Amino acid sequence: MKKVIYLGIVLFSVSLMVLSFRTDSANRKALAAPAKDSVGSVKAFMSVYKVLMSPRCMNCHPSGDVPLQGEDSHLHTMNVKRGVDGHGLYAVRCSNCHQPANTPGLHMPPGNPKWALPPAKMPMVFQGRTPRQLALQLLDPKQNGGRTKAQLIDHMAKDDLVGWAWHPGDGRKLPPVNRAALVAQVRLWIAKGAYAPAAKAK
Amino acid sequence: MITITVNGQRHDIDADPNMPLLWAIRDILGLTGTKYGCGAAQCGACTIHLNGEAVRSCVTKVSRAAGQQIVTIEGLSANNNHPLQRAWNELNVPQCGYCQSGQLMSAAVLLRENPNPTDQDIDDAMSGNICRCGTYQRIRAAIHKAAELQSAGAKL
Repeated sequence: MKKVIYLGIVLFSVSLMVLSFRTDSANRKALAAPAKDSVGSVKAFMSVYKVLMSPRCMNCHPSGDVPLQGEDSHLHTMNVKRGVDGHGLYAVRCSNCHQPANTPGLHMPPGNPKWALPPAKMPMVFQGRTPRQLALQLLDPKQNGGRTKAQLIDHMAKDDLVGWAWHPGDGRKLPPVNRAALVAQVRLWIAKGAYAPAAKAK
Repeated sequence: MITITVNGQRHDIDADPNMPLLWAIRDILGLTGTKYGCGAAQCGACTIHLNGEAVRSCVTKVSRAAGQQIVTIEGLSANNNHPLQRAWNELNVPQCGYCQSGQLMSAAVLLRENPNPTDQDIDDAMSGNICRCGTYQRIRAAIHKAAELQSAGAKL
């Protein structure tokens, strides 16, 4: 009798183990990557584009070697320049005026411990980019600081200097959406296939 | 109490960590060569060296200088014989003189990093220091002169 019971337990355990490895077609679908959706992906990217082209982001991703200032993104005063490492030159390096935190008051220097432009060899330009150009650039490790898609999401979600955009100091407008919303759109853009908008999209 | 080293001398300063360094230098330590021009990092009159970098002391908190090395215009040289100071004297650069401490401190960083600067280099380094009297041409000439003096001094 005991042998029958033990045998029953063994058979039951083995069948549980076997069943746990089975995946029917419904499970396979659930485990697979989300379906690619070019329309949804592009729509999500256009939300991302609006944020990246807003002054709080674009001003430090200029097309030239001079950072931009203000809501109208004019050239930074005092002839400051990117320099080789993105931290400026000589007596006008970024951290010579920009402190580790925002200096309070209107028109006072904003601040962050990492305040700088991208380096000259990897300028990561936003200014003047069409949506298609920016999307392709963001996805290219040779142009995006060597980042994978996962690292790109991480950069948008966690980087301290990126986060400054939502705490920019007195008198500066915030980006069009909050950070959580931006990151959600970046994730959606990539999850739905990381499609770049058409060339004529604006 | 915050400890900073200014011109090679250690000081214990009883100040709010958020006090602008300019205030501490002028009011507490009595080193009045560094000037207040705008209070907004726009003019460069307050330029000093923090660990060799030309920072604007009007927006730099004392806490950032804690444990660090500060050099003010008084400490640029022992006997006013820095090549820049000699050049400034030779070419009679200042008019009212108010901006000149900052001009010299910025130029000192340029000359240290680039012993033979071009006019473009001078533009790049010095455009953040403004002079209401308009001594820019003499500043530029004096920087070139100081580069020569520095080079001649190195060859001796």
